[in-house]
Amino acid sequence: MNAHDTPARGSGPSSLLQERPAAEPQPYKIHVEQEVLDDLRDRLQETRWAALPGEREWALGTRRASLRELIEYWRSGFDWRRQEAWLNELPQFKARVGATDVHFVHVRGREAGKMPLLLLHGWPDSFFRFHRVIPLLSGSFDLVVPSLPGFPLTGPLQGAGPEQPTRQSAEVLWRLMTGVLGYPRFGVVGGDGGSVLAQILAIDHPEGISAIHLTDLGWHVYNTDASSLSGTEQKYLEGAKKHFLADMAYAMVHNTRPRSLATALNDSPAGLASWIVDRFHSWSDSGDVDASFGRDALLTNIMLYWVTQAIGPSIYNYFAEVRSPSLTPADRVARPVGLALFPRDIGGLPPRRLAERTLNVQRWTEMPRGSHFAAWEEPELFARDVGEFFQHQAGGR
Amino acid sequence: MPVPFTVAIAEPTLQDLQRRLGRTRLDPDDDATGWEAGTSPAYLRELVEYWRSGYDWRAQEREINRFAHFQATVDGATVHFIHERGRGPRPLPIVLTHGYPDSFLRFLKLIPLLTDPAAHGGAAADAFDVVVPSLPGYGFSAPPRESGLTFHIGDLWHRLMTEELGYGRFGAHGGDWGSTVTEHLARSHGDAVIGVHLTDVPFWHAFQKPHDLTPAEEAFLADQERFQEREGAYAMIQGTRPRTLADALNDSPAGLAAWMVQHFQGWSDCGGDVETRFTKDELLTNVTTYWATASIGTSFLPYYDLTHAGALRWMIEKAKEWVGSSNVPAGFALFPKDLTTPPREWAQRFFDVQRWTEMPRGGHFAAHEEPDLLADDLRAFFRPLRDAS
Repeated sequence: MNAHDTPARGSGPSSLLQERPAAEPQPYKIHVEQEVLDDLRDRLQETRWAALPGEREWALGTRRASLRELIEYWRSGFDWRRQEAWLNELPQFKARVGATDVHFVHVRGREAGKMPLLLLHGWPDSFFRFHRVIPLLSGSFDLVVPSLPGFPLTGPLQGAGPEQPTRQSAEVLWRLMTGVLGYPRFGVVGGDGGSVLAQILAIDHPEGISAIHLTDLGWHVYNTDASSLSGTEQKYLEGAKKHFLADMAYAMVHNTRPRSLATALNDSPAGLASWIVDRFHSWSDSGDVDASFGRDALLTNIMLYWVTQAIGPSIYNYFAEVRSPSLTPADRVARPVGLALFPRDIGGLPPRRLAERTLNVQRWTEMPRGSHFAAWEEPELFARDVGEFFQHQAGGR
Repeated sequence: MPVPFTVAIAEPTLQDLQRRLGRTRLDPDDDATGWEAGTSPAYLRELVEYWRSGYDWRAQEREINRFAHFQATVDGATVHFIHERGRGPRPLPIVLTHGYPDSFLRFLKLIPLLTDPAAHGGAAADAFDVVVPSLPGYGFSAPPRESGLTFHIGDLWHRLMTEELGYGRFGAHGGDWGSTVTEHLARSHGDAVIGVHLTDVPFWHAFQKPHDLTPAEEAFLADQERFQEREGAYAMIQGTRPRTLADALNDSPAGLAAWMVQHFQGWSDCGGDVETRFTKDELLTNVTTYWATASIGTSFLPYYDLTHAGALRWMIEKAKEWVGSSNVPAGFALFPKDLTTPPREWAQRFFDVQRWTEMPRGGHFAAHEEPDLLADDLRAFFRPLRDAS
């Protein structure tokens, strides 16, 4: 991949939904040009640190000492070429869907006829969210792990209109699974933005989605009319709102003024790392990002954003989605839903009653530990729950 | 003792800035012209290109240095300020306080109108001695060593005006954080302050919700809430994660410009075209001042202090204690395109309002946008007060 060589946007009035024969997937390897790496090294070397009091805490933002260490390691210890080679051991492809080249990992089981699962990441992660669970699940399932539209390696949807952007992305994924890969029926696994996408797929294509497995209820649940809720549900949403005010300002910026922020994040690798690591810290169980996620892995995820210049599109998604929401609390998923809830995820454990308002809950697992990036932080717990849920679904039909 | 000060950014700092501008990574695919999702990418591209190839900091610096600058150590902290003496029979000292995302530069157009009214269509009797400090952590004032200073800047200004500059009684004016600082100054040092002139009612009064709101007040507070929802994200992130944001903005000049310029476009009476109110040179001189002094992180401290539980409690206590208790005469000049415009009765809850002017035009940066309107109002407000003093 040449990070300088991004496709021109809006080169014609091509529509997303325009029918064309699905392109054959092309094998794909990640390759970052040396000049991008050289430029990055210079920028890291020349990081201009902002002076603020309280350097030893996380109270004002990403802890200074932690970030300095990370940046120093990124500059002098981190070996991108090794990570790149490791990523390229995964069978990756790109396929043209509509006007967009969608990147995905596709691991077929050795035996034919295994249930296909589509694994969907969120922000600020990437397909890489699932790197620890791919080997755990690939024995029992065919796995498709796409890079979502607007994110590293797939990039923004080409020729897309402003309406319901997440629903448009879901439609691209549907066409990838059915038209390109020939799976008429599959399961979907998602967290964060991936949870919303999974729900839309199940609502829009109930005939093709066997079941969905989620780690959260999706952002639209926070818009539920509180007057219709029980005391427990109200308490949960109030707690979530309080949490939102304390730690979710990043989302307010994404929702309302993403372009004012994107320039700095796309121009400063230390700034990009700080913006992302702050989220991984808030949304880890241990509070120690290196222990929970691994320093090389954290940087690999950040690198994917840096070299593809995807941070701007990835946060613009928030703004576009707020303007034209794809899901509302009135939407309901009728297909079976498995929920694996990790106690330190944003807002904590939701009441089951709240989940059942929008989801056909068939499995409810309260995990002993773990947080937002469960597939990454607690791969065994996560993979076991996913495996049991879909095997039970297949057996019970 | 105040020491004369000359603005002189070190050459390596400018060279480093130039190099960074040359390698700026703007989103290659984003050429949108609109401002609704933040600073217009098309405008930013133009601005960064001009910054790199047309803008001349040294020329701007010469203009800035036509004013008399000083630094003084007040309560252990270095404070930068402009101090221009008035031309008139009895100039009244006045301290002007800026806010975010501006700086002492906010007042450069206003200063001559106040120091030398006779040369600008006014009367020499209305002359002021003008003091324009930089807030701690902004520009050439040293940053606070710890958080929590925001609600004591009024004390610093009092010491600056009395101990360092030897004034007995003086006037004060401010907008944005400047109006909060000015109010604190008046509340804590009422004997020294002959009057305060503000372009807004310090926003934090909205934290107390009186039970007897008039319809106009209710509408105003609802408007303030809508403002928070629509574009209050900058204050939320600056208040809760200042370092995370500053890590990026202090490392990318283009990013710093994008973050700051959104407000000059959004909050001025520019009809959507920021350059009807600010030239590129004016925008970039303000941004370059933040950049060269690495101020952006510390400029967020007032927001952090506000969000910090202790400070909030302190303010709510003060707000209760201070209801209706101000003895310092207050004048308000409200500009129609400011963030929100309060009704007079809201201001009267907290201030002894002696002058209330609703301006025909202008926005948040009134001193820069409409210096003549503001100067006239300041002269008129302080005229009876200076006679009585």
